[in-house]
Amino acid sequence: MSVLVYTESEKGKFKKNAFEVASYAKAIADTTGTEVTAVAFHAEDAETLGNYGVSRVLLVKEDALDTFNARAYASVLAEAARQESASVIVVSSSTDAKYMAGILAGDLEAGYATNVVAGPESVSPLVVKRTAFSNKGFMFTELKSERNIIGVSSNAFGTHESKVDCSVETFSPNLGDDQFGTKSVEIDKVVGKATIADADVVVSGGRGLKGPENWGMIEELADVLGAATACSKPVSDLGWRPHGEHVGQTGKPVASNLYIAIGISGAIQHLAGVSASKVKVVINTDPEAPFFKAADYGVVGDAFEVVPKLTEKLKEFKAQNA
Amino acid sequence: MKILVCISSVPDTTSKINFTADNTQFDTTGVQFVINPNDEFGLTRAMWFKEKQGAVVHVATVGDQSVEPTMRKALAIGADEGIRVDATPTDGLFVASQLAEIVKNGGYDLVIAGRESIDYNGGMVPGMMAAMLKMNFVNTCISLEVEGNKATALREIDGGKEKIETSLPLIIGGQKGLVEESDLRIPNMRGIMMARQKKLNVIPAADAKQGSHEIKFERPAPKGEVKMIDAENLDDLIDLLHNEAKVI
Ligand SMILES: Cc1cc2nc3c(=O)[nH]c(=O)nc-3n(C[C@H](O)[C@H](O)[C@H](O)COP(=O)(O)OP(=O)(O)OC[C@H]3O[C@@H](n4cnc5c(N)ncnc54)[C@H](O)[C@@H]3O)c2cc1C
Ligand SMILES: Nc1ncnc2c1ncn2[C@@H]1O[C@H](COP(=O)(O)O)[C@@H](O)[C@H]1O
Repeated sequence: MSVLVYTESEKGKFKKNAFEVASYAKAIADTTGTEVTAVAFHAEDAETLGNYGVSRVLLVKEDALDTFNARAYASVLAEAARQESASVIVVSSSTDAKYMAGILAGDLEAGYATNVVAGPESVSPLVVKRTAFSNKGFMFTELKSERNIIGVSSNAFGTHESKVDCSVETFSPNLGDDQFGTKSVEIDKVVGKATIADADVVVSGGRGLKGPENWGMIEELADVLGAATACSKPVSDLGWRPHGEHVGQTGKPVASNLYIAIGISGAIQHLAGVSASKVKVVINTDPEAPFFKAADYGVVGDAFEVVPKLTEKLKEFKAQNA
Repeated sequence: MKILVCISSVPDTTSKINFTADNTQFDTTGVQFVINPNDEFGLTRAMWFKEKQGAVVHVATVGDQSVEPTMRKALAIGADEGIRVDATPTDGLFVASQLAEIVKNGGYDLVIAGRESIDYNGGMVPGMMAAMLKMNFVNTCISLEVEGNKATALREIDGGKEKIETSLPLIIGGQKGLVEESDLRIPNMRGIMMARQKKLNVIPAADAKQGSHEIKFERPAPKGEVKMIDAENLDDLIDLLHNEAKVI
């Protein structure tokens, strides 16, 4: 028996969430006296997972699985789960992982809890704490299938080093053509830039910025902080920014360490989607803007003056603290 | 083309969330229920297929009688027929099994669900259905075209988008982008009147497994006071972010 974990990589390198889910799996394995087995696809340094408590890596090297395919990846995970008699499977909350894990849960008729924000409340029975109502509440869910899937929120449990001996073996899954009913024909992705899903810092702009031509200063601030850029819903509805940047209850969720909201009023639908961020800074001309009530730090001021100044000062700060 | 749009009925986005009975139940007092926003985008896209490509559109839900107004709204927007599985939607696995049963019996070519429902944010029902029905599946779908048996979809990925080619029968988990915000429809008087005549079949739940259950709820901890920083002293902000919050 073991705890299975799906460790995601990109161009052969593990993503940060791979170490987070490995750490989570290790915490469960420690309480149940079992070990962690990871499934990785085309990862180069598979044994580095040993630093986060993974004892074995099942490494998939099939050419057909070179790019992510939710259906096929789910089959691989299902096969590994059966082979390893895994009763718990841990995955991240990335867009790909959520896509894959829903299918996996259907394959295994598994209980599945998403957006889990803390280590298990109890392991037997298996109870986890997750966010619900778009961060307006938490709920404690008992998972009670033969195999259960835990989807861990990004940035919630963190990475915990726990060095163990790690062996890597090639895993050759049984795959048929029926696994490839969807074909990826084109990927349009910004490279080398932090994404809202995994950035430590997110800089977000609202309608207060007046127009798309003013996003240069948002991008400059984001650059200094190595941050992803985001926006409120009307900004993407107006076409000032791409839909993929819209955050909030009906957009992308944000769970960064730092969220900087500029010219955003703080409507309930916006707050619902960003309140999982640990620290929130609000810059707004209106001292009565509702966002200040949900913020940790607030600056009342005109974004067009405050943001460039803040960017300059951060540059100096970064230069001194490099 | 025969389309099924899965509709979950959720608290309006402005709802305050409270719990009752020792935090074991969601307090629905004063809460307005609406079509889950992700499903509304899907339903609107389905109306496009109906009007431009002659598709037949059914809507389905799993819920007790209290969800009927939401279903009537979906019919008023233009769906041809509704199906309600008369059961409490206990968990994702249970709901997906019920909907899969409807799809199997109804011979649908395209099933449109949402990326997630905004109440429990499970994000799992469409994927589970796809596995149960062995249908092609595209999640976080932001654009969908169908030509004969072929479908082309765009899906949102972290940091960008991906173009996918697939074929019917197909399930999607849709979201904003599938149609523009401005394309969403408010039911007009005629639609509302017509919806009254439309069929809303109520069927019993099929036997199905349940994979999880809720034990209790918890409210988020109250937030501390905001610290205000003078716009002339941004060094203070940097200092606080570095030394106090430790995030830069
Ligand atoms: C069903 C539904 C779902 C929704 N989902 C979402 C969602 O997921 N995400 C989301 O964001 N919204 C969502 N909304 C919309 C939400 O209700 C608000 O309308 C929206 O968040 C407001 O965006 P905003 O703060 O950018 O714009 P506004 O409300 O117009 O606020 C602009 C702010 O900028 C400030 N400002 C103006 N000039 C300056 C300046 N020079 N410098 C600094 N500040 C300035 C103003 O004081 C004001 O506070 C949803 C709404 C509905 C009905
Ligand atoms: N009770 C339900 N009845 C009908 N469809 C549902 C129900 N619950 C979820 N769905 C569908 O599944 C999608 C994802 O829901 P969830 O997995 O609950 O986040 C929703 O957007 C709906 O399309």
